[in-house]
Amino acid sequence: MLDWVDTIIQGVLLGGLYALFAAGLSLIFGIMRLVNLAHGDLIVLAAFAILALATWFGFDPFLAALLAMPAMFAAGFALQHLLLNRTLGRDLLPPLLVTFGISIIIQNGLLEVFTADSRRLGLGAIETASIHLGGNLAIGVMPLLTLGSAIAVILLLNLLFYRTALGRAFRATSDDLEIAQLMGIDHHRIYSIAMGIAMVVATIAALYLGIRANFDPTIGPARLIYAFEAVIIGGLGSLWGTLAGGIFIGLAQTVGAKMNPEWQILAGHIAFLVVVVLRPRGLFPRSVD
Amino acid sequence: MLETRGLTAHYGDFQALYGIDTVIAPGETIAIIGANGAGKSSYLKAITGLIRAEPDSVRFEDRPIGALGAANILRLGIAMVPEGRRLFSSLTVEENLLIGSYGRDVAGIWSLDSIYALFPALKERRAVPSHSLSGGEQQMTAIGRALMSNPRVLLCDEISLGLAPIVIRNIYDAMPRIKQNGTSIVLVEQDIAQAMKVADRVYCFQEGRVSLSGRPTELTREQVHLAYFGR
Repeated sequence: MLDWVDTIIQGVLLGGLYALFAAGLSLIFGIMRLVNLAHGDLIVLAAFAILALATWFGFDPFLAALLAMPAMFAAGFALQHLLLNRTLGRDLLPPLLVTFGISIIIQNGLLEVFTADSRRLGLGAIETASIHLGGNLAIGVMPLLTLGSAIAVILLLNLLFYRTALGRAFRATSDDLEIAQLMGIDHHRIYSIAMGIAMVVATIAALYLGIRANFDPTIGPARLIYAFEAVIIGGLGSLWGTLAGGIFIGLAQTVGAKMNPEWQILAGHIAFLVVVVLRPRGLFPRSVD
Repeated sequence: MLETRGLTAHYGDFQALYGIDTVIAPGETIAIIGANGAGKSSYLKAITGLIRAEPDSVRFEDRPIGALGAANILRLGIAMVPEGRRLFSSLTVEENLLIGSYGRDVAGIWSLDSIYALFPALKERRAVPSHSLSGGEQQMTAIGRALMSNPRVLLCDEISLGLAPIVIRNIYDAMPRIKQNGTSIVLVEQDIAQAMKVADRVYCFQEGRVSLSGRPTELTREQVHLAYFGR
């Protein structure tokens, strides 16, 4: 029985990481209906940026991530402003193709600079530290920090969306682009800011990805799949739904692994398919679309 | 103040407007009447930058604005109440009003308080999502949203469409208060009687052209009928 409690706890904690992968994707889809196929690679790019700052300048990974955030915001803003805004329109195909191309460029660029070697962000003793709950139950500090960060990110994004003028502009642009322009909203600028924010969230995801697992230049697409599944399970465009979707995938994977270690990844994908069949719009769809 | 000279508008290969000449003076109320497809909404879209026009074909305070985008037009002080209200469905009533001043936040008589004084029904409904409002409340919110930018010219596209007569009367009763600080109003209307009652001057559109213009008191019923429906 205690084993199952532990499995559930570990699943929820793993879900925090998947929610972080997915939050930026959800944000971008919610505002501009853009499916960013390069999102996983942008997370990996951020992880290498943190690694470079930590290795070359000797910064602690948390400080390196903090320093990488403004750079990633600027990169996201520029990417949207200079390239992706030109692809957005009635046809869904151009942005898909362009982000697919960006994905390939990032992977090959990283391979060129950092080689195909597997890397990891070192944090010392905290990586393996845990909090004992009694019996055989323990919670890892890093997984707990990851889940806490995911909740904080979703909370802050919700505050931004529902308590600020910029957030109102995000939602208005998402609701009706033409009328948003009549309100004086420069939608291209709004999209660029949104992509910048998504890249800051991707940097936070990259920090925990790099600390908790090995990464190399080609793992982006696999992370993208988890992010997609979390976003779709949660309900497209719903940030709290994305957190729930991430936890759902995490739970499915740990329960699957508990039954048979080979089933971990498969169980997550099957759970995703079940949700899509039963609730095509996700568990928590936005009430107004 | 606001002038169009030989204004044309296209949707791809389809030409909606063929050289529209109009003049709107400060504080004036202009009505644009015409049947469906006459080009009334295209005229407003061209002025507000939703359809790009030749730079010199729309002039505001003697400055060419025809090539500007919608966001820049709003910043100059030209706001629009769109046809069908088109409120932001995920925003509450108050958020819809607040977004009205996002692109042009200037001091003026219009604020949340003065909008609620103009349309008291909205104050009670301020926190509800806009999609749960009645048609009349939605129209009041759409007008309030446009007023929040303290516009110098207010363009209204079919504000009586689909509303009960009593609601239409309430909305038109607010027009004198909207005009009192010198705001010019352009009303696009299919309801000829309503338009003739409140307008200082009327332009009748037919198939993308101005078929008649003048002061309502100077126009006969037959002239308007002919200009509206054609021969």
